[in-house]
Amino acid sequence: MKTIETDVVVIGGGATGAGILRDCALRGIKAVLVERDDIANGTTGRNHGLLHSGARYAVTDGHSAKECIRENRILKNIASHCVEETDGLFLTLPEDELSFQHKFITACSDAGIETQLLTPQEALKLEPNANPDMLGAVRVPDGTLDPFRLTSANILDAVEHGAQVMTYKKVVSLIIEQGIVRGVNCIDIKTGEAVTVRARQVVNAAGIWGQQIAEYANLSIRMFPAKGSLLIMDYRINSMVLNRCRKPADADILVPGDTISLIGTTSRKVPYEEIDNIKVDSDEIDVLIREGEKLAPILGRSRVLRAYCGVRPLISVDGDTSGRNISRGIVIRDHADTDGLPGLVTVAGGKLMTYRLMAEMTTDVVSKNLETNACCTTAETKLPGASKDKIKQAASVSVPVSISAQYRHGERAEQFLKGDSLSKSVVCECEMITRGEIEYAIEQLNAHSLVDLRRRTRLGMGPCQGEVCACRAADVLQETLKKQGKETNIAKDLNEFLQTRWKGVLPVLWGDALREADFTYWTYQSLLGASSLEDFSHNRSGQKDGIQNTAALVENSLATQLEREV
Amino acid sequence: MSVNLALLDTSFDMCIKCTVCTTKCPVAEVQPDYPGPKQSGPDGERWRIKGEGFYDESLKYCTNCKRCEVACPSGVEIGSIIQKAKVRSGRHKPKIRDYILSHTDLMGAVATPVAPVVNMVTKVKPVRKLMDKVLDIDERPALPTYSWQTFRQWFKKDAPDQTGFKRQITFYHGCYINSNDTTVGKDLVKVLNAMNIGVQLLKKEKCCGVPLIANGFMDKAQSNAKLNTEQFREALEGDSECVISTSSSCSMTIRDEYHKLLEVDNRELVDRIFFFNTFLVKEFEQGNLPEMKPVKIKIAYHSPCHLIRVGGIVFTLEILRRIPGVELHMLDQRCCGQAGTYGFKKENYETSQEIGAPIFDQINKINPDFVVTDCEACKMQVESSTDYKVLHPLSVLARAL
Repeated sequence: MKTIETDVVVIGGGATGAGILRDCALRGIKAVLVERDDIANGTTGRNHGLLHSGARYAVTDGHSAKECIRENRILKNIASHCVEETDGLFLTLPEDELSFQHKFITACSDAGIETQLLTPQEALKLEPNANPDMLGAVRVPDGTLDPFRLTSANILDAVEHGAQVMTYKKVVSLIIEQGIVRGVNCIDIKTGEAVTVRARQVVNAAGIWGQQIAEYANLSIRMFPAKGSLLIMDYRINSMVLNRCRKPADADILVPGDTISLIGTTSRKVPYEEIDNIKVDSDEIDVLIREGEKLAPILGRSRVLRAYCGVRPLISVDGDTSGRNISRGIVIRDHADTDGLPGLVTVAGGKLMTYRLMAEMTTDVVSKNLETNACCTTAETKLPGASKDKIKQAASVSVPVSISAQYRHGERAEQFLKGDSLSKSVVCECEMITRGEIEYAIEQLNAHSLVDLRRRTRLGMGPCQGEVCACRAADVLQETLKKQGKETNIAKDLNEFLQTRWKGVLPVLWGDALREADFTYWTYQSLLGASSLEDFSHNRSGQKDGIQNTAALVENSLATQLEREV
Repeated sequence: MSVNLALLDTSFDMCIKCTVCTTKCPVAEVQPDYPGPKQSGPDGERWRIKGEGFYDESLKYCTNCKRCEVACPSGVEIGSIIQKAKVRSGRHKPKIRDYILSHTDLMGAVATPVAPVVNMVTKVKPVRKLMDKVLDIDERPALPTYSWQTFRQWFKKDAPDQTGFKRQITFYHGCYINSNDTTVGKDLVKVLNAMNIGVQLLKKEKCCGVPLIANGFMDKAQSNAKLNTEQFREALEGDSECVISTSSSCSMTIRDEYHKLLEVDNRELVDRIFFFNTFLVKEFEQGNLPEMKPVKIKIAYHSPCHLIRVGGIVFTLEILRRIPGVELHMLDQRCCGQAGTYGFKKENYETSQEIGAPIFDQINKINPDFVVTDCEACKMQVESSTDYKVLHPLSVLARAL
């Protein structure tokens, strides 16, 4: 058994956990982060990726609105490579009350959010794909925020300042000695190895899963799981964030995220026991498309790439049953004060937008408990990649490869763009990812598998959903890990990667997405014989063979579509 | 009105990334700096929508041969996506050279009255060296020669009387036949007359637009398309059964590209616009076959890319097969590399030759009496790059009469 001694152990590798780890590291506090899966795998990676201006909350929750606009300005500076300053439009459609617009502008101005009232003509000039039937629009400083890059950059900075990150380590119990929490016991979910981290402070930043962590100490924290589903469009159908100028409702935000657009979200209560097995329902998809088309009619004519959902980690504070009216407010509990259990601090609520503020507030508590007096500097210190220094265009790299690499990694892209011609060869053609970028993500960003690589590079996130790049990237992954002296079961990894891709495509299996999935199946199963590769038929946890399963689903969908056409 | 280059057409969204287009791209095969039609077309379009800054200079290597569109199982108009992206980018502002090469009707009008002088001068080495230096027109390929008498002039003065025929068609001759080599036009008149069909010309016509599209003069191409379409409409409202073209690229453009790329609505007319080969095969099938004597020649047939695009190779082969005595050899269906004006350009000459090399080798091995092809650009390339003379299929047919 491995034991690690540190000052702070952070449970949870989402944006908040990563932010706390960085904040600790920058304040000179020794810290370790444990995550049961990969970074940004939970709620962090399953939302809109919207850099809120706060306008959405201005009318209903002025406090959140103020927090948002403050963090909005901070993130544009410290995380510029994770942010795109697209601005946003709040559209009033014929079915909406135009009178809300006035209320909205006043509330924004109260929260310190700048607005610009536009005529429909002016708005269409800025965003030609917006609904031309709109009655009016208000421009606000919304933008996009890439949650994977943001988390990864926080981790990278923390590690460069002495912190340690351990992914795929599931916390199985808290170490409690004489009524004080002294650390965590973990299991490596890949190897089964037990790892103990002893610390003076344990931070529970596990989001919705934080309820289980608290239960290890017999504490009760009631989470309010509300599922939100989203659809990803094949390409960027809008260049500005589009919102409805009315009270927040289902499917009223369309965000242009990197090369794609996202429409979301729904909001549905789910029983706590089901949070690890949520899926997108077909009626949610109908709502998303129907409402999305109202924002940008072209959405109805574009390919839906995949569907996904996440769980909002809201703490239940009142009798609301929809989850919509709960404040996105930040909740921090020092269990020494609330439950007489020193050593444990829980952070919950909030949103991706306020991850840094949550981290600052949590680290303030931890810091006070550790009796250190270093101040928080995360509001001013730029994340790695955000220096805005332009790197030199390497002669033999095409412009789209070079710009997209910088878009993802900021000035750090220089490290892999200057490599030899092999490292500059393109592996993922949809998202323009080179072999060098993949090697960089494995060596510098702690990626262990193809799925990890996706979160750090966008590998397999384009229209083909891994069809072209999966086997190429598997080869690079195996070779690079081998250089680091690490063994990997690459056939199994490839299968898992394809399964995660297919999982998102299955709910939207019609039209071109269906043709694409069928072609991928044909390539990997019929041509490459993927299921007959060693270990392909022995899936984890006794599931039916994944590929065969998918094949049956593809065939079913084909049959349904044929029936519809007949 | 100008050609809409905006991103309203989302056909790129249908691409399932099978990459078969790139495996069929003659440029990607020889030019490592060109990432191929998948990346330049549908993949690149996603990025260009995100920001025009993602435009990749290597799109300039595309010849618009459209073999990618033939290969695509998803109906993506890859070639057109690339052509539009090139123009939209504004990076390849046409040069004087491109103006000269692409305005084929204008150049014809200027050159034909002084044809012998032009033809002589463009063969003089120092002149070619100068053109190479000043204009970036490569000194190596033979440039098209001009005809002393245009086809229209011949038709007016010297052609046999066409009024005696009960059936009439309208011939869209295009620039090459009018200004450069009138043979094919004369052969068409001879063949159709032998089949008891009279030939008329349009009151006026302009270049079909294919070189203008390739060189970025989209608005000029569109105004030509409008004029030509109006002329077709007028002719078809008269006593003409149909409009016939003998050039495979002109024919593809006036039928398909006018409404697909240039947004000139000609859809009600396209069923009556024919490439000569489909018209002739239809007539042959209905029993209107001219009397033919054997033509004892060995020919090697080269398939032009744009004729492959419209699915027309089989009809030309059918005509050639019906001519007695002809020993027909089929060349591999590869691009010759000329691609209209592409092969004349200094920066492309070597790529163009490399693309065509396997075809030239095959021709040398077969050692035919003539190479036969339907396209004037392919003809120029083969004649410039091998020692063989190139005939149009109609000229082979005319020899049998």
